[in-house]
Amino acid sequence: MSLPLRCTIRLIHANDMIQIQNLGFSYGNFPVLNNINLQLEEGRIYGLLGENGVGKTTLLTLLCGLKKPQTGSIIIDSHNPYKREPSFLTESYYLSDEVAQMNMSAQEYAKSYGKFWEKFQIEKFLEIMGIFENDPAQKMNKMSCGQLKKTWISFALACNTRYLFMDEPTNGLDIPSKAQFRKAVTKYTSEDSTLLISTHQVRDLENIIDPIIILDRQDVLLNATLEEIASKLYFDYGTEKIEGALYSELVPGGNVQVLLNSTGEESKVNIEALFNTVHLHKDLIKSVFNK
Amino acid sequence: MDFNSNKSIYIQICDDICEKILSGRFAEGERIASVREYGAEIGVNPNTVMRSYEKLTGEGIIFNKRGIGYFISEGAREAVLKKERKEFMDNELPVIIKRMKLLGIDPSEAFGVK
Repeated sequence: MSLPLRCTIRLIHANDMIQIQNLGFSYGNFPVLNNINLQLEEGRIYGLLGENGVGKTTLLTLLCGLKKPQTGSIIIDSHNPYKREPSFLTESYYLSDEVAQMNMSAQEYAKSYGKFWEKFQIEKFLEIMGIFENDPAQKMNKMSCGQLKKTWISFALACNTRYLFMDEPTNGLDIPSKAQFRKAVTKYTSEDSTLLISTHQVRDLENIIDPIIILDRQDVLLNATLEEIASKLYFDYGTEKIEGALYSELVPGGNVQVLLNSTGEESKVNIEALFNTVHLHKDLIKSVFNK
Repeated sequence: MDFNSNKSIYIQICDDICEKILSGRFAEGERIASVREYGAEIGVNPNTVMRSYEKLTGEGIIFNKRGIGYFISEGAREAVLKKERKEFMDNELPVIIKRMKLLGIDPSEAFGVK
């Protein structure tokens, strides 16, 4: 008797700020997204994972209103992104993988273009640039790939939007910048902002992204918090081989083995191993996670 | 903070805080960083830190003053000691004993007592 009630609550959950329903998108005759359903809650930092070509970038560009859904709908806090209403645009930012080399200094760019976002703060931009050890007076078309990326990340965070979509933000960053990125993302986003970050570099974002969404060809394989994942799957890092492990991988000092969590004991989620496990056992994982 | 251990990250954060209480770096009654500040400091999702804080609150080691922040409870050090001693006796010591037996090390040799 309680089951139908729970389903209803799930569908209209107040915290679901982003609702994607039966979303479909094709490039010509080539379908990329088909019948995608996803709910994203407010105040979380989602990691969007998936193999090359499954439509991560397409999904991000649909969410920020750059593309129009061909079927289904996206509703973000009662907005339809593709309508591109100023009240939505001022609360959202999309940082693409490839960023523009503007013919002006980072500071000039931020001063002129920051105006489009109501809550943009130039001080915050300069502060984050400082953390990245980036010179705001430098011309953007004279910057290295990493410096340019860090400028755009600083700008994106300084816009103070409620919805921040980032496509492969750690691409091109050097090792210290990756750690700075993790800190900046935690420090400079507010509690009610929702982030969706696509990445192949899961190690760059380990400990930062939670929940994890795994997108597959025309399907969502997983959308779960680390807590849920750890309650359903157990990650063993011992040296002994375990019979019936769903996945195992040799790592320095032993194995990572993934099995169904039968004891309730919580282990550290290894996102790479999770990704591979989910891909090996698509149906099993779906049935385990779909309550 | 180093997350090399295989324990879940939120447990490792709890362990880190407990260790700071034991070593005296966190005094009883002292305010600790907010979920977000702490997350930024160690590069961890604030929701993960929140889970750690909730666990420690449940154990009475820290407490939340609504709208002000989290503080180390009075008697936290004693509570941590009790908890960690139990953990040592239940989980860590048996491993050491097993290893000593395996290597043929006598307690008198390891601890310099008869």
